[in-house]
Amino acid sequence: MKKNNVNNFRIFPLGENALTIELADYISSEVNHRVISIANYFEENPFPGLIEMVPAYSSLTLFYNVYVVKHTFSEFPTVFETVKHLVENSLSNLTDVVSFNQRLIKIPVNFNPQSAPDLEFVTKLNGLNRKQFINIFTSRIYRVYMLGFLPGFAYMGEIDEKIAAPRKDTPRTEVTKGSVGIAGTQTGIYPLESPGGWQIIGKTNLEMFDPKAENPCILSVGDSVKFYEHHF
Amino acid sequence: MSIIFKKGGILTTLQDLGRKGFRSLGVNPTGAMDETAVRLINVLLENNENEAVLEIHFPPSEILFEKDAVFALGGADFNAELNSEKIENWKIHFAERKSVLKFNRKNVGNRTYLSVKNGFRVEKILGSAGTNLAAKFGGFDGGKLQIGDRIFFNSEIQNKNSLFSASISNDLIPIYSKFPTVRIMSGAEFENLTDSSRQSFLDMDFTITQNSNRMGFRLKGEPLDTTNKKELVSSAVNFGTIQLLPDGQVIILMADHQTSGGYPRIANVISSDLPLAAQLGANDKISFHLVSIQEAENLLLDFEKNLNLLKIGVILRKTS
Repeated sequence: MKKNNVNNFRIFPLGENALTIELADYISSEVNHRVISIANYFEENPFPGLIEMVPAYSSLTLFYNVYVVKHTFSEFPTVFETVKHLVENSLSNLTDVVSFNQRLIKIPVNFNPQSAPDLEFVTKLNGLNRKQFINIFTSRIYRVYMLGFLPGFAYMGEIDEKIAAPRKDTPRTEVTKGSVGIAGTQTGIYPLESPGGWQIIGKTNLEMFDPKAENPCILSVGDSVKFYEHHF
Repeated sequence: MSIIFKKGGILTTLQDLGRKGFRSLGVNPTGAMDETAVRLINVLLENNENEAVLEIHFPPSEILFEKDAVFALGGADFNAELNSEKIENWKIHFAERKSVLKFNRKNVGNRTYLSVKNGFRVEKILGSAGTNLAAKFGGFDGGKLQIGDRIFFNSEIQNKNSLFSASISNDLIPIYSKFPTVRIMSGAEFENLTDSSRQSFLDMDFTITQNSNRMGFRLKGEPLDTTNKKELVSSAVNFGTIQLLPDGQVIILMADHQTSGGYPRIANVISSDLPLAAQLGANDKISFHLVSIQEAENLLLDFEKNLNLLKIGVILRKTS
């Protein structure tokens, strides 16, 4: 664990209505945990004008209403500096990483050839058979680092190097809904049919994204995920 | 209390000012490309600024009013005709039952907006009436309007005559161009551009390629280069973020952009100039002018102040 990263961050504007707090330029669960802690802090202590937050692997982005921030706080010449100041204050209040409930979500995956068009390629690449691949893939608990790319698409990591594979050279124009993919040491599930470049190694029948449901996504950032083999 | 589509048009969708609060779930904000146009015509009609409107591309829809309606058009000028009579953008119009609204041709700008008094009746999903074309939800069944589709109004109009004196002052209306210079703020990786690339990014005229849509505009220009080739960890992006692609070309992220990305963020188009970018189409050109955060914020705050004046003006006229 890298201990010195707590005070080593940079804050930059992402347009005049958003700023990003970048805690590190690499992926680690500790950094991601801290990203979520800061998000939780602002969830509980929102400032006037805060619209929403986007936690990512190692950064948190805040979106805000420039007009509201400007008319609430007047001590800084710009809205950016005002929000930056609010963030820096919160970071100094957050010396310890706050613990929070981590859910464990279990996801059924069918690894049959129709559901896993790239499984043969990935196993050959790694010199494994299908059963070995499934054992390795389903033995780990993965962390949801962030959601992005598509509504409900969770970036999870990290899969064992022994089963890792690069993105496809030419992305598919159509990846079926529910497809479980891997890219590098990341894994993710396509919540809807979409173009995509990840190697497809299985498929789930869970509805990963339903905009009309009270909780539209099964997965949220910080969750723990375990895959298990299931025939359906 | 409805309109019916006599022609669907190439891409007409219901949009508002975007789906806010769900980016953390990967839900694209979507919403209108030209938010300024939407806000202006909604304020003009005394609607909520965020009321759902139709965003119409060219070739356009043809619309039959099945009931009397008060409406306004804004954004690109598509030479609209109501029952074969030319009507102007940024003004309030009255359509009698059975009137037909047609759009004849486009010149500058690629998206025109239609708002009706009291708004269209659209179910809000995740807080927005906007259409998410990629995930197929929101708006009109998650898709574009087609021939025979019908959209209802929220309520019937009363007392149409009280409305007509309202107008938008000219200085609030964007001046669209097929070759605008839009102002930008530097992005997180702006300094990663080589000195000569930074200079040419600011000096160059870029062309909007065919490979552009509501998600983003891919630009064609002299390829740009960075001093730091380290792959970035994905993080949030914004409407107007300008990213540098691996081939040295740049993309401007537009309303349907994904919530996150991993390409260098070299700049952001400032909010005040986003409408100018948002109205561009294939083969139009664009160039960039760098401004400070302070300047970008001041322009935005000025616009908000003037829009508030317009709101008060609209209300004053009604009560006097």
